[in-house]
Amino acid sequence: MDILNALVLLFNYIIVPSVAYGSQLALGALGVTLVYGTLRFANFAHGELMAFGAMITILCTWWLQSLGVSIAPLPTALLALGPAIAVTVAIVLITDRTIYRFYREKRSAPAIYIIASIGVMFVMNGLIRFIIGPSDRAFGDGQRYIIKAQDFRDMTGLSEGLGIKTSQGITVLVTLFLVAALFWFLQKTRTGKSMRAYADNRDLALLSGINPERVVMYSWIITAALATIAGALYGLDKSFKPFTYFQLLLPLFAAAIVGGIGKPVGAIVGGFVIAFSEVTITYPYKKFLTYLMPEGMQPSGLLQLLSTDYKFAVSFIILVIVLMVTPTGIMKGKTV
Amino acid sequence: MNLSANARRATLAFMLIAIMLVAVGVIQSWAVMLTIFNLCLISSIMALGVNIQWGYAGLFNVGTMGFAALGGVAAMLVSQEPVIAAWHAGGWKLLLSFVSLVLVIFLVAILYGKIKKGPLRQLAITGALVLGYFLFRAFFDPASDAIEAIDPAVAGYLGGMGLPILLSWIAGGVLAAGAAWIIGRIALGLRSDYLAIATLGISEIIIAFIKNEDWLTRGVKNVTGLKRPVPYEIDLQKADWFINLVESLNHGTLSQFGADDRSAMLRQMVIEASSIFVKLCYAGLFIAVLAAILTLSVKALDSPWGRMMRAIRDNEVAADAMGKNVTRRHLQVFVLGSAVVGLAGAMLTTLDGQLTPGTYQPLRFTFLIWVMVIVGGSGNNLGAVLGGFLIWLVWIEAEPVGVWLIDNLTAGLGETSPVRLHLMETAQHMRVLVMGLVLLTVMRFHPEGILPEVVKREEGD
Repeated sequence: MDILNALVLLFNYIIVPSVAYGSQLALGALGVTLVYGTLRFANFAHGELMAFGAMITILCTWWLQSLGVSIAPLPTALLALGPAIAVTVAIVLITDRTIYRFYREKRSAPAIYIIASIGVMFVMNGLIRFIIGPSDRAFGDGQRYIIKAQDFRDMTGLSEGLGIKTSQGITVLVTLFLVAALFWFLQKTRTGKSMRAYADNRDLALLSGINPERVVMYSWIITAALATIAGALYGLDKSFKPFTYFQLLLPLFAAAIVGGIGKPVGAIVGGFVIAFSEVTITYPYKKFLTYLMPEGMQPSGLLQLLSTDYKFAVSFIILVIVLMVTPTGIMKGKTV
Repeated sequence: MNLSANARRATLAFMLIAIMLVAVGVIQSWAVMLTIFNLCLISSIMALGVNIQWGYAGLFNVGTMGFAALGGVAAMLVSQEPVIAAWHAGGWKLLLSFVSLVLVIFLVAILYGKIKKGPLRQLAITGALVLGYFLFRAFFDPASDAIEAIDPAVAGYLGGMGLPILLSWIAGGVLAAGAAWIIGRIALGLRSDYLAIATLGISEIIIAFIKNEDWLTRGVKNVTGLKRPVPYEIDLQKADWFINLVESLNHGTLSQFGADDRSAMLRQMVIEASSIFVKLCYAGLFIAVLAAILTLSVKALDSPWGRMMRAIRDNEVAADAMGKNVTRRHLQVFVLGSAVVGLAGAMLTTLDGQLTPGTYQPLRFTFLIWVMVIVGGSGNNLGAVLGGFLIWLVWIEAEPVGVWLIDNLTAGLGETSPVRLHLMETAQHMRVLVMGLVLLTVMRFHPEGILPEVVKREEGD
């Protein structure tokens, strides 16, 4: 029996990665939920939006690096986030002006919006391939680890190491800050309140004199900012590969719906639920149980519930189960 | 829009496509043109499938890729020879694992019926599922390991049924229809955007399954060398009748050469002609299938059933009030459309001659098909076919045209200019951008597509 080693193992391979991944999903899902709340459609271009934001961050990072700017031990990408958010917000507002507003004025069905968002997805995907190309890009610099696995071993004398990447630490801190700021904005400011009112009951909000265009504009601005940050953090944590962002779409939708679509708290809860389920279900528990079981009773197989390639299946199954138990999601979102 | 204007527009559009194809044949080569043409035919059939769901009934299915892949799997399972050794190694255990799976589902159903709703039922069902999972894995893991260990370089899977591959086109449709039936039972109650997300998820799961379950599909190791419904080039090149045919067709050109040159020339001609002949055979088969499905689709849409579908699409509540069973009709049309996509998927795998699970990308197999339907004209069968041809042509030709354009536009920058090199390198990605712009433009300025839906009305209406 070796409970300490088992715990460290669990921390290193399940808890730390899930918290980081969950934060990234939460930030992305917040955007999905905000757009859903105010514009009433599932934005299929959201994954591409995250990739776009990440791409601009990378370009700015390279530019800063070429100027010799550095905030080591932190990655330069953090500085690049500012201009990247500005560019992405501008792009999103242009998209809204040229594409979505037309359908808003026509009061089109959600399906029409989705098809339009598929068009936007194509265009953004094309732009990304055109500008930065489909290959892998590394843009992290500064100190790579907060704690190195080897240092942890030396420090504690355990045989298992615990490594925490700088990107993971930053992800969690940034998410905490953004979520706090967002909730303050939604609860305390006039604009935030009008956004919530509009999402809750559109007609009532219009009667109360809330300007819908302003609400939509703010939703898009926040969505674009969150998507840029989430995309950049995800890229910093894993590595930037344009195609992986499209695959994030399913976990993002699952997180938003599981939490209760249209509810910001739900998106955060959903993000962590999805991230933890994905990681725990696809993690092989062989080593973990080897530590806990007495000699001679150790497992022989990998003890993996599902192979890692079924990640997407996990988020989807969670989605189906939650919808069957509570059709409106954990936080009682909308069912329009 | 009245009927004759639409017919005129259709004729014009198809003539334009014919001209584009001929241009490809003249500028690039006839073999390239035929390759594109064959894929145009398959794309049209897929677009017809999506049109049946979206155009007739307004069902938002973004899982086309999954159904096409199921068709591909069917092509492989029907045509490949069975791997007897693998069946001996793991067949029985595999069967047992599935029997245990069925038993567990049975058990859950019984528990669901016998125990009253409450925490006890949830506990019992969860317990049964967990137990069943471990039982299933206990049989399944050794079985799949044993199967995958049999000659892994060329086999490592159970193989198929060893039947002619043409049968698989039907099997592909049936398999996709079966999957659609199960999915439809669960997901069709959802509103449009949830249905979209659900189908997107299911198609990703189907692909993950095909990529991972090596005992069934060899996964990413691919199954190559599938049977063909048409002759092989190499056999044609040896067949006397074919050589004679080529000789007589090219008699004029050949007679200008001497005996030595002549036989070398003939040899070259036979090789080229054999590849074109094979492609023409495929094209013939595909045209037959397309014609059959198109005819059936047009008849169905013109029938009372078609009118009922459109009524349901345009006003579900009213149709429900008129006594139409909306859920049943939705399920029916979902299954039908998916079957057509599955059939097209089987045809595509047949044409490729291999099953390559790694190549199924949602952009190409789901969203591109959607662009075809929207641009062609949702609700119009001929429109879907037109969209299939047009969009596939643009998708394929955007690359050479894009490279050519950039090559000429940036020629002034000098051969080694980094901007020019980067643009040349990424020019192939232009097509994604172009597709998006085409889709957005059509949606905005001509949402009914190139060939709008035809609504026949009685005189005096």
